[in-house]
Order: sequence, then structure tokens, then C-alpha cells
Amino acid sequence: MIIESGHFLLILAFALSLYQAVVPLIGVFCCDRGAVASARPIAVLVFILVALSFFVLTYAYVISDFSVLNVVQNSHSEKPMLFKITGVWGNHEGSMMLWVLILTLFSALVAIFGKNLPVSLSTFVLVCQSFIACAFLAFILFTSNPFQRIVPPALQGRGLNPVLQDIGLALHPPLLYVGYVGFSVCFSFAIAVLLDKRVDSAFGHWIRPWALLSWVFLTAGIIVGSYWAYYELGWGGYWFWDPVENTALMPWLAGTALLHSAIVLERRSALKIWTVLLAIITFSLSLLGTFLVRSGILISMHSFVRDPQRGIVILCILAFFTGAALLLFAFRAPSIRNSRLFQPISREGALVFNNLFLMIAAATVLTGTLYPLLLETLTGEKISVGAPFFNLTFGSLMMPLLAAVPFGPLFAWKRGNITVAAERLWLAFAFALMVMAFVLYFREGKAILTSAGFGLAFWVIAGTLIGAVIRTGNFSTSLIIRWHRLRQLPSTFWGATFAHMGLSITLFGILAVTTFGEERIVNIAPGDTVRIAGKDIYFDRYEAYNGPNYRENRLYFSLLKGRCRIARVMASKRIFPSQSIQTTKTGLLWRGLSQYYIAPGDYTDNNRTIVHIWWKPWVLCIWLGGFFMMVGGIFSFGSRRLRIGIPARSRHKNT
Amino acid sequence: MRRDIIHLAQCRKRRFFIFIFGVCILPFVVSLVFFALRDTINFFRIPSEINDLDRRSHAILRLGGYVEKGTVQWDAEAGIRFRVTDMHRSQEVRFNGILPDLFREEQGVIVEGSFDTSGVFVARRVLAKHGENYMPKDLVDRLKVQGLWEDYLNHDH
Repeated sequence: MIIESGHFLLILAFALSLYQAVVPLIGVFCCDRGAVASARPIAVLVFILVALSFFVLTYAYVISDFSVLNVVQNSHSEKPMLFKITGVWGNHEGSMMLWVLILTLFSALVAIFGKNLPVSLSTFVLVCQSFIACAFLAFILFTSNPFQRIVPPALQGRGLNPVLQDIGLALHPPLLYVGYVGFSVCFSFAIAVLLDKRVDSAFGHWIRPWALLSWVFLTAGIIVGSYWAYYELGWGGYWFWDPVENTALMPWLAGTALLHSAIVLERRSALKIWTVLLAIITFSLSLLGTFLVRSGILISMHSFVRDPQRGIVILCILAFFTGAALLLFAFRAPSIRNSRLFQPISREGALVFNNLFLMIAAATVLTGTLYPLLLETLTGEKISVGAPFFNLTFGSLMMPLLAAVPFGPLFAWKRGNITVAAERLWLAFAFALMVMAFVLYFREGKAILTSAGFGLAFWVIAGTLIGAVIRTGNFSTSLIIRWHRLRQLPSTFWGATFAHMGLSITLFGILAVTTFGEERIVNIAPGDTVRIAGKDIYFDRYEAYNGPNYRENRLYFSLLKGRCRIARVMASKRIFPSQSIQTTKTGLLWRGLSQYYIAPGDYTDNNRTIVHIWWKPWVLCIWLGGFFMMVGGIFSFGSRRLRIGIPARSRHKNT
Repeated sequence: MRRDIIHLAQCRKRRFFIFIFGVCILPFVVSLVFFALRDTINFFRIPSEINDLDRRSHAILRLGGYVEKGTVQWDAEAGIRFRVTDMHRSQEVRFNGILPDLFREEQGVIVEGSFDTSGVFVARRVLAKHGENYMPKDLVDRLKVQGLWEDYLNHDH
């Protein structure tokens, strides 16, 4: 009964979304105030209905109701409670539910916080949001209903894929989805301003908080996913250029570009057409990601089922929204006037440069991701485009972009001076050269490209910090005054500083791991030691252990310094009897920001096991950099100009 | 009037810069993508499709099939040897590393690597997906095209 009520609530939400997609729209054109005013409360109501429905599904998982097909296929009564709950979105139907839940949440947030927006505009935004919600609710109801019952009920469920039974599943999909779906608000705003013919600087003002919010969550989702893959899959890698990872990276790149161009639009009222287009592209890339992952045309950890029919439905949704938005854009773009001009060397110019490179990088990633699929469809030849392609293209596009990062904030709006900026940055440049020379010396002149990369990382971080120092005064300024001025700098400035520093920290981590990392594959028994990166790792013993729904063969290691054990770590092989699947739990031995990464392999003979040990220097910098970027995003939120409801007043001030 | 003319001139100037920039960047990126695609694509083969050119070229390939029963051997220095078969022909593979958790005899597997001079396939990576009776989709399609899929299904395992 409860299950059916969940299903019913979902149908009700669908019906209300349909109402919301049609009636307020008619209301705007027929000037019917009642119809227009209904949009807002219904947005909140739809969210409540979807949330209740989602709650019912979670309830079915929690009590292990094996009369529901979805629960049977993905849950098991012996599973720990956390994984029963996270298992809700560890499958196709449930993850689509989460998608719609977050979408309707955003609609509700727009309805609640957008009270000061022009009425017609906020109505268009909500209508557009509910169109998207309708499409996905229909998709869930007609092709992937999570509330499907089975007769007779099963005695036991098939269990969740053991790889997914991890705290990562509790964090990664919700964070990523908030990021993905949050861009739908920017998309809806773009459609709304196009329909309402009010593409001006206020548009940049309206979408910035939403773009920032989505971007922060998308960044968090990507770094959590990356760290999860790093410790769970046991390959020692943090980014595999897997098509599914690319589908998260593309909206991130486009979203980053959108954040930057929205600044130009808001502050300088330039790049209007481009920002609108970017908002459309970013969400289209999110939809593309949903299509690629959920249709199962990609072979990956993330694709739960392979069902061409569902894929076609999502492809139709993608084609409809992207196509309709671009069509509208094509009709309205010529009538948008760009009034403000700027020199190529200026803050705006730097941000255009940033946008250009980010979008070209996103395009190359898109090429590498879609090319194999297109080729297979057209000619039947199966190829895979792997890491070397992306490292070459993406890497070489990121280089000039990163080199330009410290310049951007030093240029003035409208007309910058490159000699002045260069004069200010010579110290950073000298520092970067020193780092480069040091790395070259350390590697005995072998790795010119890598040392250039290290130079680049330090160039960005030093350049960014110098930017902050310059803002506080000249040579003769005392430290106390500097400190006071530092505290009075706008929070957007700190946002940019932290985010740019994050970039260089990530780059540094990646380079340090690839350049100075070591790895050993050994066949060892308890009592053996392995020498790696100048330290000895001692294999203590085996231990058998029984977990709630698995058996585990544990291997204990300790790090030796001389004869003392300075750290211990456990790695294990887990066997899940309910699915007869084996997983590897890697042992991570932290040494500051570096790690020893121990992945046990197969048991051979004579009590021996193959063990793969990596030394990963500064590996945590990769994710720490991502964290810095998030902090930067959060700082930018604090901007006083970023109050959602007061666009009109701030526009007056500008003019 | 005069302001309009200046405005127009500035517009032209800006367009000119964007044009120059595009002309410089685009060919570079396009050629980069083509160059990278040509050099780094991995082609997918099943053992029956391997030809002499593949053996001689030492290019990176992906070889799909399933692990032949009773062929997995542990060598000294942690090397692993096994044969990948498509029920028709099989290919010897050498791998030095940790096998994925789902690597088992008679399970679908994709190995990425290249041929060495002695005609043995040296794998850099071994991919096996989590799933009880999992066969990679690429492999199933290919076996169906070759008419070997029925053999696989009828095969006793």
C-alpha cells in the first residue's frame, strides 16, 4: 500500500508539472494573474510530492520490501543500513529518482528565492524547469518505474554491487547530481530571458549564484568520485579518462566558462550572446552526460543496465531541449545588442581567453568521448580513445590557459596594460624558473616537459599570491595596514584567489605523482619486506575476518624506519557470498600529503600473495586543489552584489 | 555621429582580433586532435581477427575474448600467462601486474597491450567487469558477427 502511494505521488507530481508547464505560460500571454501566480506554490508542491515519493522508495529499501522489483534487484537484507539507504540511488531507476528530486528541489528554490524577479521572467523560468521535470518524470513513470511490484515476492534480494558498498556512494552521486542539475536553472534563465527579451547585465547577476552553487557541487562530486575510484578500484589511478568521467568533466569545463563570462556580463554588460549560449551548452552537456551514462551505450562502472529503449528516450529528451533552446537562441540572438566594448588586453579580454580555451578543451573532450560511438554507429569499427589522446590534447590546451591565469586579475577592466602586469609578475616568473631548474636538476635533465609543468604550477600559485599582495599596497606599506586591507578585499577576490590556487595545487599533485611516484609488484609472504621510495614496507600477517555481508582476507603491513614500525596499514580482499564477487580494499598509508598505496592481488602458493605497492608523493594535493576551488566558489557567494533579490537596485547604481 | 563612427571602428577592430585569434587557434587545435586521434586510438580485436600486420606493428590493441580454461599460469617474478580465446582461436597473453577482481577462467576479459617480437601479446592493462556472468558488450557484438556467439553460449561453463 505504501509503495503504491509512492507511485501515486509520483504520478501526481507529473500531473502537476504538466499543469505548471502549460497554465502559467498561457497566463503570461493572456495576462491572467491567477494562472501566473500559481506557478510558484506548485513548484514547491511538486518538490514535496517527489520528495515524499523518494522517501517511500527509501522506506522500501530500509525495510527490505522484497515485493518491489527494484529492491529485489539491488538490495539484500544483510546489508548494513547505510548501504540500504545509499543503494536507493545505486541503480538506474533510483538514480533517475534522485535526478528528478534535485531538479524539483531547484525549481522550488527558484520559486522561494526568486520573489523579487520580474514576474514574467520568474514564470518563464519555472515553466522551463517544469518542462524538464515533466520529461524526466514521464521517463521514470513510463520506462523505469522504481515502484514495480513482483509476484510472488522474492525471499532475498540480489544485493548491491559490492564495489558500490562504500561511503563514496553516499556522497558522490548526490553531489554530482546537484551540480549537473543545478545548471538547469541557468538554462531555464537563459530560455526565460530569450523569451522575455531582456538579455542584459541583470541576466549575469541572476544566474551567477546558481552557476556558482552548481559549480561548487559539481567540483565536489568530481573530486569525491575521483578519490573513490582511486582507493576503490585498486589500479592506483585517480582519473582514467573513462567516457563517464568525461561526461562530468565537460559540464564542469563549460560551467567554469559560464562563471567567468557571467562576471563579464554582470560587471561590464558585454558578452551577452555568448553567456546565454554558454548557459544553454552547459546544461546540454549535463543532459548529454545523463544520456551517455544512463543509456548504457558506454561500458562502465556507472551504467547499471543496458536497455536501448531507455537510451532512445533520453536521447529524444536531450535532442528536444538542446534543439529547442538553440532554435530559440538562433531567432533571438540577432536582436541582442552588445553595447560595451573592450580592448583585447583587458580583464574582459582575459576572461574571453579563458572561455575560449575552456570551451575548446571541452570540445576536444567531447570529440574523444563521442568519436568512438559515432564511428561504431557509422562503420562498425570499434575503437577506444584512451588517456594518451586526452593527455595530449587536453594537456596542451590547459598549458596556455594556466600560463594566462595570473595575468587575468591584474588587468584593468576595459583596457589593461600588459607591460605593467608583466612587471608585477616578474618575481613569480623568476620563482617558476627556479622551480623548473630545480626539477630539471633533480631529474638529471631528462624531463623537460614535466619540469615546465612544475614551473607552470608554481607560476600560477606565485602569480596569484602576488596579485593579492599588490592589492594591499606598494613596497612601503606596513604589514599591519596590509593585513587590514587584506581583510577588506571583496570576497569575490578571495574566491578567485583560492580557485586559481586550487588549480595549481591540483596540477602540482598530478605532476608530482607521475614524475616522482614509484611502483613495485611483488610476490611476498608474511615476514618479507619491500623497499620502495627509500623506506621498507614489512608484511606482518594474514587475518581472516567476517563482516556483516562479506568475508575478508586481511593483510597487515607496517612501514619501517630502521627497526621501528612507524605506521601500520591493512589491505584486504573481500568476498561477497551473496553475489560471489570479490573486491579489493586498498591500504592507504598516509605520510603527510603523500601516500603509500597497497593493493593486494591474488593468493599464489606457499602463503604468498601478489602485492602491488605504489609510492604516491603529494597525491592528496590533487583533491586538495579541488577543495581549494570549492572554497573559492563558496567565497564568491559572499559577494555583496550577489544577493539574489536586488538586481534592480544594483543596476541603478551601475548606470 | 562621430561617436558612432568610432564605435563602428572599434567593433571592426574587435572582430578583426577575434578573427585573427580564431585563425591561429582553430587549425592548431584541429590538427592536434587529428594527430592525437591517429596515434592513440586503440583498435579492438578478437583472437580470430588478429592478422600479421597486427603482430608486426606493435601498435596498442585491445584484445577481447574469454580466459581459456586451465591456461592461467603464475610465472616467476609475478608474471601471469593465460590464453584469451573466442572458441575458435586463442592468443597467448602475458601480464605483469595485479589482475582485476573479476578475472577468472572462462570469464570475459579485455586486455590492452601490444605484441612483442615473439608473437606473445603483452598486456598493459587487463579489464574485467564486475558482474557474475559478464561478457563485454564489444565482445558479444563481435562474436555475433563472426557467428561464434552460439558456440560460446553452448559451451559448457
